[in-house]
Amino acid sequence: MSNMKYLILRRITQIGLLVLYFGAHAYGWKMLSGTISSSSVLGTIPLSDPFAVLQMLAAGASLGLDVIVGAIIITLFYGIIGGRAFCSWVCPVNMVTDAAAWVRRKMLIDKIERKVWVTRNARYYMIAIALVVSAVAGFAAFEIVSPITIFNRGVIFGFGAGAGLLVAIFLLDLFVLKNAWCGHLCPLGGVHSLLGKYALLSVKHNSDNCTLCMKCKDVCPEVQVLNMIGKRSERVVQPECTNCGRCIDVCDDDALGFDILALGNKK
Amino acid sequence: MSTQKKPEITARRRFFTDTAHHAGLGLLGGLLWAGYADKARSSVLTLRPPAALPEADFLRTCIKCGLCAEACRNRDSNIDKETGKPRPETLKMAKADTDGVTVGTPYFVARDVPCYMCDDIPCVPACPTGALDEASVTNGEGELDFRKMDMGLAVVDTNSCIAFWGLQCDLCYRACPLMDEAIKLHYTRNSRTGKHAFLEPIVDMNVCTGCGLCEKACPTEKAAIFVLPREVALGRPGAHYVKGWDKKDQQRVGERKMENITTHDKRSEKKAADYLNDGVSYE
Ligand code: SF4
Ligand code: SF4
Ligand code: SF4
Repeated sequence: MSNMKYLILRRITQIGLLVLYFGAHAYGWKMLSGTISSSSVLGTIPLSDPFAVLQMLAAGASLGLDVIVGAIIITLFYGIIGGRAFCSWVCPVNMVTDAAAWVRRKMLIDKIERKVWVTRNARYYMIAIALVVSAVAGFAAFEIVSPITIFNRGVIFGFGAGAGLLVAIFLLDLFVLKNAWCGHLCPLGGVHSLLGKYALLSVKHNSDNCTLCMKCKDVCPEVQVLNMIGKRSERVVQPECTNCGRCIDVCDDDALGFDILALGNKK
Repeated sequence: MSTQKKPEITARRRFFTDTAHHAGLGLLGGLLWAGYADKARSSVLTLRPPAALPEADFLRTCIKCGLCAEACRNRDSNIDKETGKPRPETLKMAKADTDGVTVGTPYFVARDVPCYMCDDIPCVPACPTGALDEASVTNGEGELDFRKMDMGLAVVDTNSCIAFWGLQCDLCYRACPLMDEAIKLHYTRNSRTGKHAFLEPIVDMNVCTGCGLCEKACPTEKAAIFVLPREVALGRPGAHYVKGWDKKDQQRVGERKMENITTHDKRSEKKAADYLNDGVSYE
């Protein structure tokens, strides 16, 4: 089971957060209430989604202090420590897209070439489009289609037809393009990539131990970030790495591990 | 057979084609998205939580966190004393298939669960964004005051209200938290029986908060008293009708430019006798 350590830890945090949110609404627990868009810890500390706040500002909203403070806390946390960890440790849609990737591997879909190509920068264009549409429509545009919040609210308040969107994302990732949603399109993932760019936590490769088995590249949802495998011993520097630790899990040769930079000795 | 060379893809050509490609796809996506966003707006009949900003501002300010709905559900007054569990809450969060309400935004359906006009209005301070505006329900003493809530306005359909038939019913009157203020009973003689009175519920628009307790209480199959957002429920007399005897109403109308007001129109060109004989066309 040691090759599933981080996977299991991630599922525990992802599902644990959903349980806390659910309990807050259903039973009045105080630990973590609200939704992933904006929450309250112990009824006092606000946490909010910086991308939602950005869209709301683009739409011309004048916002209360709590939600701004919440967005700053989240930005600082991921910006300084977590990197893009939101995507693999918090976001519930990650469970859907991981499931699709798993089925893809089992069905050997990856081994059969398909001619669908989408730039991995599409998510950054999506950010720009979301902000423009928000400004034009006069409200946060991604928030009315976001599968992340639809999943999150679905667990807390009931899914309704929103479940269809999650099935659609599963099918998209399974049959159209590997890692289509999280690895190419999701603007929230794009925002977390950008804001986690200089974070202290990242994966580090030791090429001396590497046997070039390439298991890591098989499981990585953002393979392009592992371009140093077997070549150079260095940290993963590309911001799209979600710090999911799946590559560390599957590596049998101790060539990958998490690395926390001490402040001030950034390489 | 063609001996022509393949067109050469220069760096310049690639740059322009790529740029056009990205811009075009971006525009396509943006147009589809904006088109959908336009359809996603709530219907004008949606009832929002207490102290909600006007709809357009509400929609841009609410982050869809559900903290208001959570506060409403778990407020002390909503906990069933016997089971210790919360009763169904007033504020619901719209699902993708909730008719006419923007996904993820809070709303209530008065006939299902009305707003109980809590003393401490717990839903409002819970809001982190200001989409529920505490100031709008705060009185001069700086306290939250449920009398200042304004979710909508109760409207009576006098055709289906059985009190207007002469039957005895004052359920809405008694259900109203502002009893005898927001709904008053108007006594008129029932000339059909000659010895009874109609007890007609009349809503005072200056007092009613739109909580919907009356709509919930109404015994007719489909409520004969129901809450509508004020923009839907109310007309507007406009600046050309003024209560000349009322100082306040003159303020409403404000300073008017007399030179822009005229009673002269196309009809005035003929004599009254002529245009009445010719028949009038209103264009
Ligand atoms: S005031 Fe109305 S909406 Fe607010 S918590 Fe009380 S019942 Fe719910
Ligand atoms: S608490 Fe405020 S921001 Fe959150 S869902 Fe309710 S109205 Fe919207
Ligand atoms: S909605 Fe009905 S019950 Fe509520 S204040 Fe108005 S008249 Fe009274």
